[in-house]
Amino acid sequence: MPADHGHVHPVNFDPTDAGHDPHGHDQAHAHDHGRRAVRLGIGGPVGSGKTALTAALCRALGDELDLAVVTNDIYTTEDADFLRAAGVLDTERIEAVQTGACPHTAIRDDITANLDAVELLEHRFPGLELVIIESGGDNLTAVFSRGLVDRQVFVVDVAGGDKVPRKGGPGVTTADLLVINKTDLAPLVGADLGVMTSDAHRVRGGLPVVSQSLVDTPDAPAVAEWVRAQLRALAGVG
Amino acid sequence: MDLVALMLADSRFPGGGHVHSGGLEEAAARRLVVDEASLRSFLVGRLRTAGALAAVFAAAASAQDGYAELDAELDARTPSPAQRAASRTQGRGIARAATRAWPSARLEGLLRATPRPHHPIVVGVLVADPFEAAQTVAYHAVTGPATGAIRLLGLDPFGVNAVLAGLAPEIDAVAGHARDHAGTPPADLPAPSAPGLDLLAEAHDRHHAEEVRLFAS
Repeated sequence: MPADHGHVHPVNFDPTDAGHDPHGHDQAHAHDHGRRAVRLGIGGPVGSGKTALTAALCRALGDELDLAVVTNDIYTTEDADFLRAAGVLDTERIEAVQTGACPHTAIRDDITANLDAVELLEHRFPGLELVIIESGGDNLTAVFSRGLVDRQVFVVDVAGGDKVPRKGGPGVTTADLLVINKTDLAPLVGADLGVMTSDAHRVRGGLPVVSQSLVDTPDAPAVAEWVRAQLRALAGVG
Repeated sequence: MDLVALMLADSRFPGGGHVHSGGLEEAAARRLVVDEASLRSFLVGRLRTAGALAAVFAAAASAQDGYAELDAELDARTPSPAQRAASRTQGRGIARAATRAWPSARLEGLLRATPRPHHPIVVGVLVADPFEAAQTVAYHAVTGPATGAIRLLGLDPFGVNAVLAGLAPEIDAVAGHARDHAGTPPADLPAPSAPGLDLLAEAHDRHHAEEVRLFAS
């Protein structure tokens, strides 16, 4: 196995394959970042605080970045309406996708409606730097397609129970950032924050975890700082 | 193509197939499949072994009777207990839906011979044309893992769809080979094998009992 260049190459299951360039695929994707907005997915269970986090990021980053938001709701445009009413962003910069039955289908299995919304925003705002795609509330199996987003945040909340990180699922284990939200509620719901964060670190194998309360820090400074770092990293790739 | 074959190949068919990844979950957990290129390699490898085996038995079940013998011969060619269980669970799932949708004397005969038939045998009994029966299970052998890769690794669904589309000549070749053997006596049917997939299936079965897994196989 080749070593010393930062990653390993997968086994080839196909004995007739003459061989592909294992680095070509990465480069093809990296190429995109130079000419379009970075796409950030925010997913998580129902009621975990995805829309509140999206609004907080708009407040924190709206003045320094050319940004827009795509919301996904199952039945309504409620989240988009909330963001428009909150006045955190020009209403022209918010597009709503109605996912219907399966929120995870729209962000993972068939991303057509979301790509359509993102491309509409990119067309409307040619200098767009960041598009936040907020998923409809889903369950622990939800994860964004890498064909839709460059980075993804998974939000769980203290009130959902301190077992949630331990239960895992690809959102919890593989998202680029896990946010444990509503930490101010821990004493009220009898949740053990120490258990939640140590379980989260254990199942994520070194990927970052942020604990926050938007009551205490309404502008989500830790998440905003993480987003800035991702934008710098992705700009370097293009 | 036969409408029955199209419905069986549709991911919306209520046969319980959506909980099976055909070993992909274990391969992904071990970082053996990480992107479209390694997924394609996995799918081609699976198609030419497990897929080819399933196709041969689907074509045979479409062309001949003697279901108990066919079922037993396929059992003998599936060394992994986890894979045998996954195949019978999916076969039973299809049979349950088919009993309502396409009741027939052939299907009744199959379920009398074995109440939990292997997946390819049920498909062969339901799809009249041996080539199309083989094509359906060969496609099924790759579309389950491909969908699993989208769910587990977040691969671009357009990219994965293109990989599947690119496998069409391979799928047809596997189905053509199976059709050529449709009349071969069950004991003499080919037995392509994939020890790597067998081991992944067994490992997955153990891990499934121990820790969080999305898929049953």
